[in-house]
Amino acid sequence: MRIILYIIQKEFLQIFRNKTMLPIIFMVPIVQLLILANAATFEMKNINLSVVDFDNSLRSREIIRRFDASPFYSIVPTEQSVEKAVELVHANKTDAVLIIPQNFEKDFDNSIQPRVQLLVNAINGTSAALTNAYTSSILISYSQNIMLEKIGTNIVKPSSISTQTSYWYNPELKYSHFMVPGILVILVTIIGMFLTALNLVREKEIGTIEQINVTPIKRYQFIIGKLIPFWIIAMFELGFGLLIGKLLFNIPINGSLLLLFSFAGIFLVVALGGGLLISSSSSSQQQVMFVAFFFMIIFILMSGIFTPTESMPNWAKTFNHINPLCYFMKVNRMILLKGARFSDVSDSFISISILAITILTFAIRRYRKTT
Amino acid sequence: MNPILVNNISKSYEKVVALKDVSFEVEKGELFGLIGPDGAGKTTLIRILTSLIIPDSGKASLSGNDVVKDFREIRKIVGYMPGRFSLYSDLTVLENLEFFAGVFGTTIEENHYLIKDIYHMLEPFKNRLAGKLSGGMKQKLALSCALIHKPEILLLDEPTTGVDAVSRKEFWVMLRKLKDEGITILVSTPYMDEASQCDRIALIDKGQILSINTPKGVVDLFPYKLLGVNTPNSFKLLKNLRSFPMCKGAFLFGQDIHFATDNKDLTCKELQESIINAGFENTTVKQIEPSVEDCFMQLMGNNE
Repeated sequence: MRIILYIIQKEFLQIFRNKTMLPIIFMVPIVQLLILANAATFEMKNINLSVVDFDNSLRSREIIRRFDASPFYSIVPTEQSVEKAVELVHANKTDAVLIIPQNFEKDFDNSIQPRVQLLVNAINGTSAALTNAYTSSILISYSQNIMLEKIGTNIVKPSSISTQTSYWYNPELKYSHFMVPGILVILVTIIGMFLTALNLVREKEIGTIEQINVTPIKRYQFIIGKLIPFWIIAMFELGFGLLIGKLLFNIPINGSLLLLFSFAGIFLVVALGGGLLISSSSSSQQQVMFVAFFFMIIFILMSGIFTPTESMPNWAKTFNHINPLCYFMKVNRMILLKGARFSDVSDSFISISILAITILTFAIRRYRKTT
Repeated sequence: MNPILVNNISKSYEKVVALKDVSFEVEKGELFGLIGPDGAGKTTLIRILTSLIIPDSGKASLSGNDVVKDFREIRKIVGYMPGRFSLYSDLTVLENLEFFAGVFGTTIEENHYLIKDIYHMLEPFKNRLAGKLSGGMKQKLALSCALIHKPEILLLDEPTTGVDAVSRKEFWVMLRKLKDEGITILVSTPYMDEASQCDRIALIDKGQILSINTPKGVVDLFPYKLLGVNTPNSFKLLKNLRSFPMCKGAFLFGQDIHFATDNKDLTCKELQESIINAGFENTTVKQIEPSVEDCFMQLMGNNE
């Protein structure tokens, strides 16, 4: 026990003596949260729309005015030519082209179904779908207005289903409430895993491991002595990140923080143990970086940070049983946004604990004192 | 039983043979030198003794503990100083000492008497980062860290490589003091002139031990007469001398050529004449005493 304390003390001395360490610990969460939570958003704020109006009628101009009045749209002038509009799409100056054909108003008045064409730049599928949805809803609401106008107000409206939607757990549909907990998970993992992995392999690179290996330090003492300092730093990082999330993005913290930190504590054993495992199989910091990156990217993309894991193919769902980030991503959001209790996340607790024990055993066994 | 026993140790790295049937013993309180050029297998041997690598065959034990089976015990009784500076350069002198004392379950105070002479020289720099020390100071710190737990056996891998002449001398004085404390010391060095500081030496080359003896014993066993030849064109003469029938070896030592011959009656004058006849003017010849290096060169020649 005393030996572990000596190792921890030594690690902290080295960590805080390293001039790049404190900026990493404090700046990384601020910058990542600020940039990612604001930049990575699915909300459409500004759709550039080009309208080619061949009808030039009262109704067509009314439609254009509706788009113009919406805060989501900016109208890009097209000089009334389809060629020009297509050119604008090519040049990425417009996101969608609405073409209103001749006789649009006439068709309306003659109760022939009027048609318009919408060309959407679908380089980004998600934003194309959103553009389509937004545009369609404006057109539909306009045509309903016309219908009512024609039927007249004195006649009883035909009944239709009306939907009252209430968005649970994120009533304002704030994207940052979804993203900040996700980014926190990645942040804590990167800080914990990379620092641990780089630290151990650095001892190999500069040769200090040689001196350590001839001391009576036991394998488990060394591994635990290496894990605890970075575990503490990563836990601190999580707390710091939550604070920033609360202050800057006002993310909800509905569940128990104790539960969240308990889960994070076990999760970090997995992440840090993984880091140690990588570094005990590598001989240089460069190797560690590449191998760690390889695993991180796969784990992050499959963790459900952007896309729901439920809609992933079956092999991916199977893979996610061993993806620690997937569990933490889910649990973090459930506790923060939904206020989940232990009974709601107990499955994940069990799974992550099994992962933790497995990886720690491997890390201790893999680390050899002989070369 | 002798504290260091090495019995037919062999070790190969893929196709390269690093050690071949190496055997020797070191007595208690002896200062034993392992002398040989780079790549001779010195580091491999020391790393086997510290239990950092496992030999392919053969046995070795330290104070009766087998280096493969009883590695845990060995790590408690051995002080090891690797060839490369292996302390934490981002910790201070004092922090390094405290750390290593801590992991060995002791304190600086407990064994202070052992390191007090060395530590005395380090004291003015105790709050300096180890990485910022000079080569000689780094070496002293490394020795202190290796001694902090009062080891029975000290294994030093090229401790004087890359250290200035004064520090090297000081270092050998320190080793002799430690020897007087009863610590058994095995030290490797590529510097032949350091051989005389040891009680006994083993000359090692290409993974094989050429000779084990006291420094004086090694020199006394030199089988030839040795003549020192000084000439302005030593490179050209060297070739010539080697073709002399009575030549048993000719090597360049600085400006001089050491010429070994099995003809005990060959006088300086005779050799000088033959050299001048071969067309080398201004040549002087005098008889010299063989050094460890001469012996090494000769043994190395036999080994090939």
